[in-house]
Amino acid sequence: MKNRWVLFVPLAIMGLLFGAFVYRLVTPAETLIQSQWIDKPMPLFDLPPATAGVQGLKSSQLADGRPRLVNVFASWCIPCRAEAPQLEALKAAGVPIDGIAIRDRPDDVAMFLREYGNPFDRIGSDMQSSVQIALGSSGVPETFLIDGKGIIREQIQGVILADQVPGIIAKLEAMK
Amino acid sequence: MSLRLVLLCLLAVFAAPVAAQDRLPPAPYAYQQLKDPAQEAKAKALMETLRCLVCQGQSIADSDAPLAGDMRHEVRSKIAAGESPAKIKAWLVARYGNWVSYDPPFDGATALLWLGPLLFLALGGWLAFGRFRRGESDEEEGAA
Repeated sequence: MKNRWVLFVPLAIMGLLFGAFVYRLVTPAETLIQSQWIDKPMPLFDLPPATAGVQGLKSSQLADGRPRLVNVFASWCIPCRAEAPQLEALKAAGVPIDGIAIRDRPDDVAMFLREYGNPFDRIGSDMQSSVQIALGSSGVPETFLIDGKGIIREQIQGVILADQVPGIIAKLEAMK
Repeated sequence: MSLRLVLLCLLAVFAAPVAAQDRLPPAPYAYQQLKDPAQEAKAKALMETLRCLVCQGQSIADSDAPLAGDMRHEVRSKIAAGESPAKIKAWLVARYGNWVSYDPPFDGATALLWLGPLLFLALGGWLAFGRFRRGESDEEEGAA
């Protein structure tokens, strides 16, 4: 008789499993794949200018002693448009920003810069996403915080929001 | 009324879709096989074990996402340059973690998957053993 409650153990286990499945169905797992290439030097690359009138981007230029941002973007990326004001604010605060344009055409990049501003010191064109893959980046926009020695310190996935701007400035300041 | 409808249809035909993806042609090796069949077979086998970062349920061999195409280009170019599939996989895992592979190694995160069946078998064996023993002792008690 004292074992009667034991009979309910399988039911309880089934209930727990069912609950776990329902939970995952309702709140899907986090699908943002973070780069593992953090606290590592910038991969070697030498990208041509993304459009007329801008400089291309070489990995060796990213180790000039000044902490900076490298923004991975594209003119065809709609969220990147929403990020433009925050990049402008960072630029206004004296943060050097370099860009990498993913799978982009020069005319489209020029139009994007005309319309949404150009906070970039240099913009390299990554036609086949090879630098994006070498960075462990899985989408646009993404922003990498680089210290003065050219080491990648942090990856920000998705649009930089206005309330993230002071934190980013402080982090780059701390790397000096 | 019908004129409006016709106009609407015409507009729909000429409307430019919102650019959600790039307008570049795919990378050379995204949809083109390597000339050497042995190399292509190696690349294909590797691509089937690599997970697309955009449409995450598919391998890069199956996915039509532009980034998957660029990853195929990357894999085929590296194979053509003589790199081994194991080295290419390690290169990608160093960037995206084991997440990018459909064949993750045995480690802390996958230990339960590999050892689970053994664990359950042991548990079942233990339960069955306990039950047989109890059965035996019941019989002995009954006989006594």
